[in-house]
Amino acid sequence: MTALIDRILGPRVAPDERARQTLRYGTPGFLLLTARILLLVSLFLPYWHMELQAPQYPDGLHMTAHLNALTGDVAEIDGLNHYIGMRSLYEAAELERTVGVFIMIAFVIMLEFAAYIHTRWSALLVAPVVLFPVVFLVDLHLWMRHFGLNLDPAAPLSNAVKPFVPTALGKGGIGQFVTIATPGAGLILAMIASLVLVAALYFHRRAYLPLVRQQRAKAETAVN
Amino acid sequence: MTHPASRMIVAGAIAVLASTTAGQTMRDVETVAKERGLTNADLVAAAKTYLPSGQKDEYLMFASGGHAGQIFVVGLPSMRLLRSIAVFTPEPWQGWGYGVGNSILEEGFPSGKSNLWGDTHHPALSETDGDYDGQFVFINDKINARVAVIDLRDWETKQIVKNPLTLSDHGGTFVTPNTEYIIEGGQYAVPWGSEYAPISEYKEQYKGSVTLWKFDRNRGRIDRDRSFAIELPPYWQDLSDAGKLASDGFFFMNSLNTELATGGIQDKKPPFEAGASMNATDFLHIIDWKKAERVFKAGQVEQIEDFPVITLKTALAEGLLHVTPEPRSPHGVDVAPKGDFIVVSGKLDPHVTIYSMQKIKNAIANKTFSGTDEYGVPILDFDSVVESRIEVGLGPLHTQFGPDGYAYTSLYLDSAVARWTLGGSYGSGTPEPDWTLVHKTPVHYNVGHIAAAEGDTVSPDGKYLVALNKWSVDRFYPTGPLLPQNLQLIDISEQGTAAPVIYDMAMGVGEPHYAQIVKADKLQPWTTYPQVGWDPHVQNINPMAPKPKMERVQRNDDGSVDIFMTAIRSHFNPEHVYLKQGDVVRWHITNTERAVDATHGFAVPVYNITASLEPGEAVTIEFVADTPGTFPFYCSEFCSALHLEMMGYLMVEPN
Ligand SMILES: [Cu+2]
Repeated sequence: MTALIDRILGPRVAPDERARQTLRYGTPGFLLLTARILLLVSLFLPYWHMELQAPQYPDGLHMTAHLNALTGDVAEIDGLNHYIGMRSLYEAAELERTVGVFIMIAFVIMLEFAAYIHTRWSALLVAPVVLFPVVFLVDLHLWMRHFGLNLDPAAPLSNAVKPFVPTALGKGGIGQFVTIATPGAGLILAMIASLVLVAALYFHRRAYLPLVRQQRAKAETAVN
Repeated sequence: MTHPASRMIVAGAIAVLASTTAGQTMRDVETVAKERGLTNADLVAAAKTYLPSGQKDEYLMFASGGHAGQIFVVGLPSMRLLRSIAVFTPEPWQGWGYGVGNSILEEGFPSGKSNLWGDTHHPALSETDGDYDGQFVFINDKINARVAVIDLRDWETKQIVKNPLTLSDHGGTFVTPNTEYIIEGGQYAVPWGSEYAPISEYKEQYKGSVTLWKFDRNRGRIDRDRSFAIELPPYWQDLSDAGKLASDGFFFMNSLNTELATGGIQDKKPPFEAGASMNATDFLHIIDWKKAERVFKAGQVEQIEDFPVITLKTALAEGLLHVTPEPRSPHGVDVAPKGDFIVVSGKLDPHVTIYSMQKIKNAIANKTFSGTDEYGVPILDFDSVVESRIEVGLGPLHTQFGPDGYAYTSLYLDSAVARWTLGGSYGSGTPEPDWTLVHKTPVHYNVGHIAAAEGDTVSPDGKYLVALNKWSVDRFYPTGPLLPQNLQLIDISEQGTAAPVIYDMAMGVGEPHYAQIVKADKLQPWTTYPQVGWDPHVQNINPMAPKPKMERVQRNDDGSVDIFMTAIRSHFNPEHVYLKQGDVVRWHITNTERAVDATHGFAVPVYNITASLEPGEAVTIEFVADTPGTFPFYCSEFCSALHLEMMGYLMVEPN
């Protein structure tokens, strides 16, 4: 068991060696820490905005998604959506909004572990975090698609508005409304964190792969 | 318009006009002006008053509605009528008095009799340190001596108090500098409580009075229990004004019919119009309200009509009341911004008469009396208290003030507004000598009150003055024999003889008397009610207000029925309401909208119900379902594309 853990954790670096090559061993850890901070900060920032523009709303209608909440003129947008038979937006991604924060905290802990693991197993912990922004957007798109395509056929405007797929990012339109969906600062931070993590993996590999190979060669020699 | 400076103004104004639409030039403006026969002065006036779509007025004028019984709010300089506020008179658009607001209207019923109109004269915006604070507006009802309180967060009437002592008021409403009291002076003398007494007993039985209504700002209500009145001689008390700064603690009140005429033209006696204007002078009442408040708090009052009254005897013993001669048939009594001068104009005397507060105080202290009136009221010697008299023209009526030492007086008979200079510490503000007539601006026609921007406060703004003209004669297209009033906007921003009329506003819905003009940004009105389920009557959430998903028709043990209904674009819920003939019904409705302007109406035929449900508002309408039948109720406000579908059926099953 200990052997298995040791194999997953990979080779350790002696403190004097680490001190001699600060850049080599410090960079991956620093980048992982940066990503953790970015993700933690992103928790407090909006992930996604949608603005709806129409003549009778001179200031527009605004909706903002945090990882755990949907805020803004949601009630008003719901009120309008009922004309086309769309379900209340509060019913969308309820699970995601409930667990979003915990997942993000889990990510941060995973990155913490990833910094201690000096083998390729580290990549396994980092990969889901790297993919997170994409997963967020795909999930958003699927929900919007689901809502847009499943309109209540008995709604007042069902004759006028056919099922449609609202735009998850960029400019769209429905009725007299122009919709503009943009990523929020939180999502942008998460995207930056993904890039930072890719870089972290690269430097991680450069720092520890030689050690892993060395260790492996040493083990083979010992067996022989 | 040949003066080079004027030309520059025109050019500037035209540039402003032209820049609003791309591609248009001054030539286009000239073409239009030529086609329409507009002079340069007209174009300047247009440029000073025109507001492009979306731009907002700088000032709001709260004008009384006369016998329309309402308040009208007009934006300046555009002179657009922005809103009426229903007060004493039911008004269906605002849903006032057709199921909602009825209890407030009923508070004011004189002798319990339904009176569904009012004669509003003098609005008073609430003040802090003698300046408008934009929180409340009060208004009197001359016909039945009532005072109403309007909350300027939602522009709705919150309270109507009926004066228990008298039946007419004209000396209200005016507020003391921190809105401690709302002054309501009576007018036509009647016996206390308006009880029966033949007019032959006028001197003994008929009473004059002034009431000081205590205002509780936190509750937004008049506190009847802390209010009191002062008995006055049965003259017809008229307009009032509260002192401020130098005259803080006093208020002033005109009177007419100090002759105590009782008319009787049918018996070949002199009619009131002659009898009541026989004397060369009437009496300016000078009342020390801070002293009166102490007398009231000390309990030196008599309960009359269940209301505390400081009797004339007590008032005289305590030195609360003095009078001094004033030009006969007076209208305005107006306190200058620093409180040091009091300007009175009598319609039958071409002068304005200016009294000095310092001289009044000295005369009171030194008892410089020229005698007492028939009721023993000490008369301050006229010459000892007058500061100046200025001949301004015929029919002077009401005075307002500018920021720079100018005063403005309406001239009813001359159909003009006079600009004249104050003296004393104001003298340096104007290039002209002190206490002189500077200019007269003709107005059209028969001007009553005037209102200058914040022109009755401690810090007048100048800029604009509105002449509230009684007759419009030829100014507008004839609208049948009943013609609109003409509210004329005068630009008073320049000194000297420049004070042109720059806009005529037809007021075809009532006859404003006095108005007050407040800087618009002093008001902070709500654009929706703060929370869904808001009861405007208490300005708080009503926990009983219907909520979404809890809509129902609830039949109670006592046989009454509560209907809990919500309204949102574009449906009511429930849409089917079954009642039984004779049911006592409380119909609660919440407008659950949060969008600005998403107002719904609620209108029920036969039952004479119409309500205006503004976003967030919750109302309760009570009635007895006495008429069986099938009644389609609907949303009377065009709220959405499916507005026609926003309806339901009330079905009252016959017994
Ligand atoms: Cu409606």
